[in-house]
Formats: sequence, structure tokens, C-alpha cells
Amino acid sequence: MEARRSRAVNEPVDPDVDPVGPGEGGERDPGAGPPAPPARGEAPVVAAVALGGALGAAARYGASLLWPTPDGAFPWTTLAVNAAGCAVIGAFMVLLSEEWSAHRLVRPFFGTGVLGGFTTFSTYAVDVRQLADAGAGRTALAYLGLTPLVALAAVWTTAVATRRALARGRSARTGGGADGDGDGTGAGARDGEGEAGT
Amino acid sequence: MNWLLVLLGGALGAPLRYLTDRALRRRFGPHFPWGTFAVNVAGCLALGLLTGAAAAGAASSDLRLFVGTGLCGALTTYSTFSYETLRLTEEGAPLLGAANVAGTLAAGIAAAFAGAAAAGALWG
Repeated sequence: MEARRSRAVNEPVDPDVDPVGPGEGGERDPGAGPPAPPARGEAPVVAAVALGGALGAAARYGASLLWPTPDGAFPWTTLAVNAAGCAVIGAFMVLLSEEWSAHRLVRPFFGTGVLGGFTTFSTYAVDVRQLADAGAGRTALAYLGLTPLVALAAVWTTAVATRRALARGRSARTGGGADGDGDGTGAGARDGEGEAGT
Repeated sequence: MNWLLVLLGGALGAPLRYLTDRALRRRFGPHFPWGTFAVNVAGCLALGLLTGAAAAGAASSDLRLFVGTGLCGALTTYSTFSYETLRLTEEGAPLLGAANVAGTLAAGIAAAFAGAAAAGALWG
């Protein structure tokens, strides 16, 4: 797992969804340092981010047309868009760093581009201000507090669930599967014996 | 036409976020997500300004779609913000995670208010 993660992390062209934990920065920095030729791999990555960002922004715009928010109402559509984007990135990043050795443009395109372009912080903050300005102070406060709670719960839930699913898959492939088999055959054998006896 | 404006804005905003993040990561290191913080706050300021200008009749609906929905929407991000907060917490820096949430929310909301106030002063 560590080997897989550091391979993904050491790519010289990291999108902004990189892990930022204190432990991981050190091993990535040398790759991103001055000796690396920055021009070679850079253009396709920026293009992938741009393409993904265009698609993500268009999807968000589509959602706002499908489910428009009236003036002064709680912005459910933006909340749902942000929650959905956070849920998907939690699963996506775990898959990418722990299981799936994807093409190097997958992460810039989908993580940084599509999901980053789909979710928005600016609309959230400006909607809070507009609700407060329009005298809907309670709605503004509820929206202000609910969005980060839902977003963090979403990313945490999908990251944990994906890790558990991957761990279950691994143990089923190795030791875990034998355990289940043993139980089944044990019970079956006993039943068979009983039946044969009667 | 509307879709094209949003697509173009998104195609500018997302790479701008990516390049800003890379530049700030190089300068300040990977321990705190300064890049995401910076683009989110800058996007709130810009969108606050644009929304204020629109309210004063100084910004067309085309400009709002291109700069607001497309560019500012794609420049800023909730998914990366949440994911980076989760990572900070998981990597044993829960205080930095909490600071990221509190700091981004406070600075982003303040920037949205500041942008709107500036628009009011300019076009009000």
C-alpha cells in the first residue's frame, strides 16, 4: 500500500488534491524541486484540468437550471452539488492512492478538474452573504453551518467506506475467504453425516 | 451560448486553481493547503464583487455566467477543501484541519462581504 501511494504521490505534476499531511510532503518535494524539467509533462496536465473544470462547471450549471433556487430560499441545489462532489472525491482519492494505478492524467482530469469545477466555495460564501443581506439571517446561518458539516461528513464517510470495502476485498482474496469456506463445509459435512445416518 | 460561457469560464478557473496551488505549495510547503485556501478566498472576493456589480446593473448576465458560474465556480472548490481537511485530520494534525475549516470559512465569508462592499462603493 505504501509503495502504491508513494508512486502516485511522487508524480512531478500533482493536482491540488494531493495529500497535505505532514508525513507525506517530504518524500514528494524532491520530485517537484527545481531539477525536474517542468515543461515536459506540464501542458497535458493543465489541459486535463481545464477540460475537467469545464465539464464540472457545466454540470453544476445544469443542476442550477434543473433545480433553481428562488431568491431568499435555502440553496439546496448548491448544497447538494457540494455534498455530492465531496462524497465522490472521498471514494476517488482512496481508490486512486490505495488500489488503482491509474493513468497520470486521471487525477488531474477528474479530481482537480471535474470535481473541483463541479463543487464551489465562492457561490456558497456569496449566497450566505446575500441571504444575510436579504434579511434571511436564520437561513444564512443554517446554510453557513450545514454545508461544511455535510461536506466533511460526506468525504469522511465515503473515504472510510471505500477503505473498508477494499480491505474486505483483500481479505476475501487471501485469508478471509478460507474462513468462510471452512464454516460452510463444516456445517454441510455435519448435516450430510446426519442425513446419511438416518 | 450560455453553456459555452460556463464551459470557457470553467476551463480557465480550474487550471488557475491548479497552478496557484502548485506555486504556493512550492513556496510554503505541503503542510497546510495554502493553495486551496488562497483560491477559495480570492474567488469569494471576485464573486462578491461581481454579484454586487450585477445588483447595481453594472454586470451583464453573460459576464455573470462566464466569470461567476464558470470562472469563480471552478476556481473555488469544496471537494478539495473537504478532502484536504480530512487528510490533515487523518495524518495526525486535527488542529490544522480545524484551522483550515475555520480559517477558510471566516476568510471566504469576509471576502464575499468585502467584494460586495467594494462593488457598492464603485457602482452603488
